[in-house]
Amino acid sequence: MMPELGKYAGEVLSSYAASLVLLAGLVVVSLRASRKAKMALEALEKGRQDG
Amino acid sequence: MRLNALWEYANPVKFMRLTDRVLPVVSMLALAAMVVGLVWGFFFTPDDFRQGSTVKIIYLHVPSAMMAISAWFMMLVTSLIWLIRRHHVSALAAKAAAPVGAVMTIIGLVTGAIWGQPMWGTWWAWDPRLTSFLILFLFYLGYIALWEAVEDGDTAADLTSALCLVGSVFAFLSRYAVNFWNQGLHQGASVLRAGALAGDTEERVSNVFAVPLFISMAGFVLFFIALVLLRTRTEIRLRRAKALIARERLS
Amino acid sequence: MIALLMRDLKLAFRAGGGFGLGLAFFLIVVVLVPFGVGPQTALLSRIAAGILWVGALLACLLSLDRLFALDWEDGSLDLLATSPLPLEAVAVSKALAHWLTTGLPLVVASPVFGLLLGLPEAGYIFVVLSLLIGTPALSFIGAFGAALTVGIKRGGLLLSLLVLPLYVPTLIFGAEVARRGSEGLAVQTPLLLLAGITFGSMALLPFASALVLRVNLR
Repeated sequence: MMPELGKYAGEVLSSYAASLVLLAGLVVVSLRASRKAKMALEALEKGRQDG
Repeated sequence: MRLNALWEYANPVKFMRLTDRVLPVVSMLALAAMVVGLVWGFFFTPDDFRQGSTVKIIYLHVPSAMMAISAWFMMLVTSLIWLIRRHHVSALAAKAAAPVGAVMTIIGLVTGAIWGQPMWGTWWAWDPRLTSFLILFLFYLGYIALWEAVEDGDTAADLTSALCLVGSVFAFLSRYAVNFWNQGLHQGASVLRAGALAGDTEERVSNVFAVPLFISMAGFVLFFIALVLLRTRTEIRLRRAKALIARERLS
Repeated sequence: MIALLMRDLKLAFRAGGGFGLGLAFFLIVVVLVPFGVGPQTALLSRIAAGILWVGALLACLLSLDRLFALDWEDGSLDLLATSPLPLEAVAVSKALAHWLTTGLPLVVASPVFGLLLGLPEAGYIFVVLSLLIGTPALSFIGAFGAALTVGIKRGGLLLSLLVLPLYVPTLIFGAEVARRGSEGLAVQTPLLLLAGITFGSMALLPFASALVLRVNLR
């Protein structure tokens, strides 16, 4: 399945790896911030209704 | 009439309601296009006769570089909308887009360096294109840092919008200045680089490479849109939470 | 406006006003570079024009954070904002005062520092000329950066991060004039472009500075 990358295998693989890590990191950070903001806001709105 | 209807989505509540439905769709499309484009590019394209398998880097390098510039342009437009029409969603979208654009710039620079190493024999050259990307990255850093430093939301939005406007003019000037500067510095060497960077990738891409490249570019665009929507939603929620806390403290 | 300019100049010349600090910093940069790259005269004279430009740019940066900050802290900026003088004129006069107290001394001192670096003889006139034309742009761009960060505590570092990328085109064209002049090449194109940036910055940036000052004063 793995394509023949020849003598540039290191370059191609490392650039794909680096890019995917960066993109995944961005997604994870964004998702985590989104979840945190959502929970904080829900807690606040709940508190407002109770009070 | 249609355009006026568009402004309604500048209302945060409407924006949240709309993106609640749109975001999953865009995310799925982005994922699909990126997977198809990148897998196709990585596994099912032939090697270039001169560049060997390094040509596969193009499926990351070109789309990310394109998005790095597009993201700044989008920030410029949303900053203008904020300054003129005072829509909060617009300012927050600019804030949400900046880190995404910065990461795209890093990807463009990193893949470019890895690609340049075997092709030109050097990781980094002070080539006009490379240099202007580095400057663009500095602009992103300054913009993000200014957002972080100012506490009041509206003040921060105003200041960063002004920085974005002035920065765009100077980024544009830098692009031309850098062109001028490098030509002046080493005339001979730039022929090779211009050929390898500007000429070959864009003009000599045959169909075998072009189709997956376009899919990958579409994937990056969708990915950017999905992330910006998600991050804008986060910013809107944070802003609302802040307002609620402030109101509570008052009462 | 002239009264404001005179006041700023007077404040700058008074002890602790920061006048001469930029000049001393410029000197230190020029002295440090040979320690970094080695004492070969041939190498130094080749990079002298560039060092002088980078040094001047950093020296300009040094005194920027006090451009509006002092008036901001003691509230005189609020007074200026409510005075009949438009805020744009305040921005112009502040930038001008900064140039007169920082940029102009650098221009005057640059031939002496060029001597230290073994600047080629043909280069002196062009270094002075390019600095004379280019440093006003540095002051006006810097005034915009200072206006942006005036409300931020410890904004000095942020100011450098914001202003330095904006300095890139000015530095490139200015250093290009100085370098080409030193090598006896034609300087007309970069000189015109440098002048274009300076006049463009002087004409347009005060409006941007006034805009962000108003936001910060709100």
